Amino acid sequence: MNNVRNKKRANKSLPFFFKDEFKVFFVIIFVSTILLVTTFTFDKVPPILNRGIQPATFPKGLLVLIMFLTAVIYFLSFKNPWKKEKKLPKPFFLTILSFILFIIISKTLDFFLAISVLSIFVSYNWGEKRIFYLLLVGILFPLVVFIFFEMILGLRFPPGIITNLYYY
Amino acid sequence: MMAPLFSSKLLIVLIFGTLFGLILGVLPGLGPTTGGALILPFTMTLDPLSAIVLLTSIYCAGTYGGAITAVLINTPGTPAAAATCLDGYPLAQKGEAGRALGMATVSSTVGGIFSVIVLVFFAPVLAQLAYEFGQPEYFALAIFGLTMLASIGEGSPIKNLIAGAFGILISTIGKDFMTSIDRFTYGINELSVGIGFIPVVVGLFAISEMLTQSTILDQVFKRVALKAVKLPSLDDYKKTWKTILRSSGIGSFIGVLPAEGGTVASLIGYSEAKRFSKEPEEFGKGSIEGIAGAEAANNAATGGAMVPTLALGIPGSATTAVILTGLIIHGVRPGPDLFREQPDFLYGIFGAMLIANVLFFIFGFFGAKLFARITLVPNKILWPMIFAVSVCGTYSLSQSIIDVWIMLFFGVLGFFMRRFGFSVVPVIIGLILGELVEGTLRQSLVIFDGNWFMFLTRPIALTFFILSLIALAFPLLRSKKTKKVI
Repeated sequence: MNNVRNKKRANKSLPFFFKDEFKVFFVIIFVSTILLVTTFTFDKVPPILNRGIQPATFPKGLLVLIMFLTAVIYFLSFKNPWKKEKKLPKPFFLTILSFILFIIISKTLDFFLAISVLSIFVSYNWGEKRIFYLLLVGILFPLVVFIFFEMILGLRFPPGIITNLYYY
Repeated sequence: MMAPLFSSKLLIVLIFGTLFGLILGVLPGLGPTTGGALILPFTMTLDPLSAIVLLTSIYCAGTYGGAITAVLINTPGTPAAAATCLDGYPLAQKGEAGRALGMATVSSTVGGIFSVIVLVFFAPVLAQLAYEFGQPEYFALAIFGLTMLASIGEGSPIKNLIAGAFGILISTIGKDFMTSIDRFTYGINELSVGIGFIPVVVGLFAISEMLTQSTILDQVFKRVALKAVKLPSLDDYKKTWKTILRSSGIGSFIGVLPAEGGTVASLIGYSEAKRFSKEPEEFGKGSIEGIAGAEAANNAATGGAMVPTLALGIPGSATTAVILTGLIIHGVRPGPDLFREQPDFLYGIFGAMLIANVLFFIFGFFGAKLFARITLVPNKILWPMIFAVSVCGTYSLSQSIIDVWIMLFFGVLGFFMRRFGFSVVPVIIGLILGELVEGTLRQSLVIFDGNWFMFLTRPIALTFFILSLIALAFPLLRSKKTKKVI
């Protein structure tokens, strides 16, 4: 109980733009505004073909609703501040980094290689240092999954330096 | 009714689905929703009935499986088992883990079977009623579903509404289905077909959970030893039979409402068990009634949640949203016509759910000790493997690498949503209901010649709108009474 109170107090002492409530409010309003502006670029349907409402009207309505409700939760948070979340640890950022690596490798080199690299990277950074287990999660298991999907579902994976060896 | 299930292929599918569901339920962070989404691509190799039988058996067994971890390591395997921890773990600490799991197994089975009976009788009635529904009624019903989700779902109702609206917004990405005009595609061709359901589900559930696990790597589980699961004694039955029946009713009812199904049902089942108990002071200290109340309710929600899914095409929970997607992928259109045109298919599903409940009783009773060992697989091994399956599963449905990136994007988004108190379930329900909401709204406006007030002239639609207003007002009234933050 005391911890929660202390956390709330700690959150209260921060300038408003450092508070989680404001960050969430700002991000949602910012993204919604960009999307709302985008809706004005949608093509319009001539009245003769228009059935009911214009294609942009429905998303516009949703975005306005989202912005309104976001404002409501922000103003409600003045009275009841959210509890402050713990700082994110290093493995979280390394996992995010592994996602970025995955995207780069799958786009430029190979899909299978990307899965292997991510698996080994994540497993290692989460504390697995034994070579056998790293090879298990990084090579053996993705290989089994790859072959399983390929044979059972007849899936063709995107071409790449390793995948091509399998197909040709 | 169960004639189609007497084929060996379907029985194998059922047994596999039940075992797989139990494993998913036991592993904290996974669950029937994620598991169902991951296995959906594999169902493409099956006929429609086998595919849906597989998904429903995973749903039933996965919901029960969460209790094993809740009792033995004080961590709910699924969110629906959260209330089971409150009494299951304290009872296990007293050296009665077998008794706690025995009660969880029996009450889950009774709750599950009760809900299948509700499904068998109630779904056709609801489907019959749905014949009266036109576009305006379906629009009002979808709105009612979303408002119910916001008001009785977990967490802040306003945040749930934002998440639901966001889910509907995602469904508008791509070509407008009435005019073929591009919306939010930003010139990316792959986006013109819209955002698939599977990348979003796998991202919001599996990938966001992987990120969550990366923040709690130092967490240590204290496992309680389990010798064997024990059937409840006569005294336990005497003490709990009313609770089990009450919770089965509560769970089935909550399940029918579009909400977070088992999670809400188990919490209400638990609190009602406490309210009616002669020993409420025992709750939280290892009350057998607490376990029975929570477990009967969460499994009863499975059959209940299937009622609107099959009768109206409106999912009652996140997992039934995955099952609904499975139905659509296999060319089965849920709704009243399904009951008239394919009764064998439906009764096959009902029968499969019934058998799945019996199967998880047997597997749970004899194999709980073995399933509990699965929790020993360390996260540093488990989650990279889940990532590999997630990526291949997501890629496989439309063989598009963009889907994998969408999955990663929603994984990161889902993590931050959960971190700041936004439930991801409304996003899923909003996404699946989005086309229905927009389509029925626009078609209704065509019927009404653009006059919005005409909605109020349709009695069924008006009833749903009034119910939606009540659903929205309910959390406000509740927060005033309990000083709860909305």
